[in-house]
Amino acid sequence: MPDVMQLLLQHAFSGITLGSIYAVVAIGFNIVYSTTGVLNFAQGEFVMLGGMTAVTLAAFTPLPVAIAGAVLLAGLCGAGLELALFRPLRRHSTLHMIIITIGLSIVIRDAALHIWDEKVRALPYFTGDEVSSVRLLGAAISPQVLWVLGTVGLLVLVLHVFYRHTLAGRAMRACASNPEAALLVGIDTANMRTLAFALSAALGGLGGCVISPISMTAYDMGAGLAIKGFAGAILGGLGHPMGAVVGGLLVGLAESYSVLSGIPAAYKDATAFAILLAALFLRPHGLFGSPERESLKEL
Amino acid sequence: MRRLPLLLPVAICAALLTGLQLALSAAGLQSYLNEAIIAAYHAIVVLGLCLLMGYAGQISLGHGAFFALGGYTSAVLTTAPLSAARDSGWVRGLRLAGALVEREDLYGAQILTVAPGAAFLAALLLTLAVALLIGYPALRLRGHYLAMATLGFGLIVYRLLLGTDWTGSADGISNVPPWHLGCGLTVSGRPAYRVQNFYIAWGLCLLTLALLLRLAHSRIGRALRAIHEHEAAADAMGIPTAALKLRVFVLSALLAAGAGSLLTHYHRGIYPSAADATQSVRYVALVAAGGMANLWGALLVSATLNFLSLRGVFGSYDHAVFGALLILIVSLAPQGPFQPLAERLARRRRARKEAAHGAA
Amino acid sequence: MALLEVAQIRRAFGGLLALDNVSFQVQPGQIKGVIGPNGAGKTTLFNIIAGALRPHAGAVRFAGRDLTGLRPFQIAARGVSRTFQKPSLFLRLSVLENVMVGRHVRTRRGFLACALALPAQRREEQAIRAAALQQLERFQLAADADRPVGDLSFGNRRLVELARALATEPRLLLLDEPASGLNTRETDDLAREIRRIRDSGITVLLVEHDMSLVMEVCDEILALNFGTPIAEGPPAAIRNHPRVVEVYLGGQV
Repeated sequence: MPDVMQLLLQHAFSGITLGSIYAVVAIGFNIVYSTTGVLNFAQGEFVMLGGMTAVTLAAFTPLPVAIAGAVLLAGLCGAGLELALFRPLRRHSTLHMIIITIGLSIVIRDAALHIWDEKVRALPYFTGDEVSSVRLLGAAISPQVLWVLGTVGLLVLVLHVFYRHTLAGRAMRACASNPEAALLVGIDTANMRTLAFALSAALGGLGGCVISPISMTAYDMGAGLAIKGFAGAILGGLGHPMGAVVGGLLVGLAESYSVLSGIPAAYKDATAFAILLAALFLRPHGLFGSPERESLKEL
Repeated sequence: MRRLPLLLPVAICAALLTGLQLALSAAGLQSYLNEAIIAAYHAIVVLGLCLLMGYAGQISLGHGAFFALGGYTSAVLTTAPLSAARDSGWVRGLRLAGALVEREDLYGAQILTVAPGAAFLAALLLTLAVALLIGYPALRLRGHYLAMATLGFGLIVYRLLLGTDWTGSADGISNVPPWHLGCGLTVSGRPAYRVQNFYIAWGLCLLTLALLLRLAHSRIGRALRAIHEHEAAADAMGIPTAALKLRVFVLSALLAAGAGSLLTHYHRGIYPSAADATQSVRYVALVAAGGMANLWGALLVSATLNFLSLRGVFGSYDHAVFGALLILIVSLAPQGPFQPLAERLARRRRARKEAAHGAA
Repeated sequence: MALLEVAQIRRAFGGLLALDNVSFQVQPGQIKGVIGPNGAGKTTLFNIIAGALRPHAGAVRFAGRDLTGLRPFQIAARGVSRTFQKPSLFLRLSVLENVMVGRHVRTRRGFLACALALPAQRREEQAIRAAALQQLERFQLAADADRPVGDLSFGNRRLVELARALATEPRLLLLDEPASGLNTRETDDLAREIRRIRDSGITVLLVEHDMSLVMEVCDEILALNFGTPIAEGPPAAIRNHPRVVEVYLGGQV
């Protein structure tokens, strides 16, 4: 295969690998936003918590148990936050909720710093190690990449089934669509909201575990992930489930290819942020959203 | 109407600060003035942000970037040696305009750089341009979208500063010269100048407060609050909402940049962390903790907390304190910790007026 | 010449046609009413005239000049003011401050003058306060000037909104369901107020569900149904108009 193709393919894979994690964060944003109307700035921290907790647990339990434990703990954390913080404070204005979730992300990050210190950590590769590689479509990639893509793909599928074919999933969609009506037909909207937070936190935690061997886990990784995940969510159309996946992947790809376009590597991170701004300024309803639905939404 | 003049508390504050300085100097605690000076400059940023967030109701999570824009412009221009281009047309033109200055650098060599005064103006102009460029599209957004847009903007600036060679990358820029303002006043961090810098910093801070207080109590202030309460109704009443929001955004950006520039000369340097999201969020936390639409609250909370933070009182929990503050104040006392007191005073004043009416 | 001219206005929301070829005029000094069942397009019409919505076709002309496509604040500057169907007061401002906001469009001092408290600005500020108090006085609300506006009764809050709109010195006043939520006595007071406003030289266009108010106070009425005008004329003609009766009562009485 010609070298240029190799290079492009290599970058494509690294792009969708990171993009998958942005997609997970974006999905998490969507789940919480559509069920509760809150944009949880602390979404990125759940990814960090998942990775960190798994690393700690992996020291004395087998890897699968550590990951399961981390995901469970992240989910409980999300549920706990909803019960302790968001349930009593629902009446507050958008401005206040934004500020509260920002404060939350800071506190979580600082707590992580004190629990785990600032050293960068990583889970061991699920299969193989850091030098093993697999050939896929002519490019050499780490087996972990397959784990990431596989996990996120499975996640999207499971969510799709959950939302369409289970009672709880349909109940959550009802809450997102019309909370008052959902209440009237007997759906416990309060518990649905807790479920939404727990779900998005657990998903984030899982994403953090699966990406940890490749891009490491550090106490301060949450903020950047949150922004990039949000960029993906906006790009796809806030509240639109498929959109989050597509948006996240696009952000990842753009970041990966930005290096090739001559933008200095030091500015790579800024690419995702620039995409976010462009999306917000030019098409805030995203690729899959509709402008009228946006204007009618109470922000 | 026997209402206290609006600026009387400002004068009282000035008197108290003077007393504080004299007391500290007498007690040999002059080093405390250092943190007080830094706190004053950050308070200027917070005051501008208070007008934007508290009065106009527009959230900005990127004001650290404007502070850094001001600081870095001053730093770059006053440290970049132009000696090599000494004979080129534009350098000679600037020299004629009085914008350049010959000075000695750290190693004793003679270099030609931009004068701090001219650099300050350049910083303000650059900030004006950037604020207009970002503000125009961003302010058409609401709520979460606006927050994210400003956050994104701030992060882009941070990354650009961090990754660019001639802004010093991660090391920032140091050896920024002091700024001789004339009349014997100099903005500099050297201990010899400490006392006068205290008055320069707090003088500017109180001046900002006075101007913003007047603005807040005028038709502009009312228009801003109207926009915050019900933008559609404000529009219908003839208030040019988009233009007004942009103007306040630009004003707050200019205040931040000016403070950044001055603090850079005081600190003799500036670092990328000034543009970091953490710093921007701190500013927001301080506005919220002061009570949103409360300029005095913003000043008091900002000065106190920054002073304590700078003196290391919060130790390694510094960030957590600001984060917890955000959550606590906004959830428990959304109108700020001073609101209950303000309401009680207002009610008492009304009751007294009604009693006077009744007796008449 | 008509003060307000609405010509062939058309507005759709997605697939729903809210206003279809609506044309009418309002003569200076008139009190004109717009009636119609829910969904007839009355509020959409108001929003278009006031600039909050753009029509998909047609034009709005005020005193001969085109208003279509202007922003609400520009329309307010031209002399058209409005009240809202849903409460739209500035809740954290006092009663007086709410009305003072109404003076914004007729005053000019900018950032610099206000921040420096220049003499011209101080004079203007006093004039604003005096004018706002005057508006409150005509509604007997001057005593409540410094109270938070949320403290007032519903009826009084509606009056503050009216005072605020009048403070902009409009030539045309748009009233969006001014009687909603008012009891009989308050509605009678409102009718009297509307007539006083007209007598002071302001033309009034109102949207209203309360038939008794409309019949009592309006000089001319426009009836809409599903976005199309079905009748236009003085109250007596509208009251007995067969199509109006059919739309409101579902058939021959």
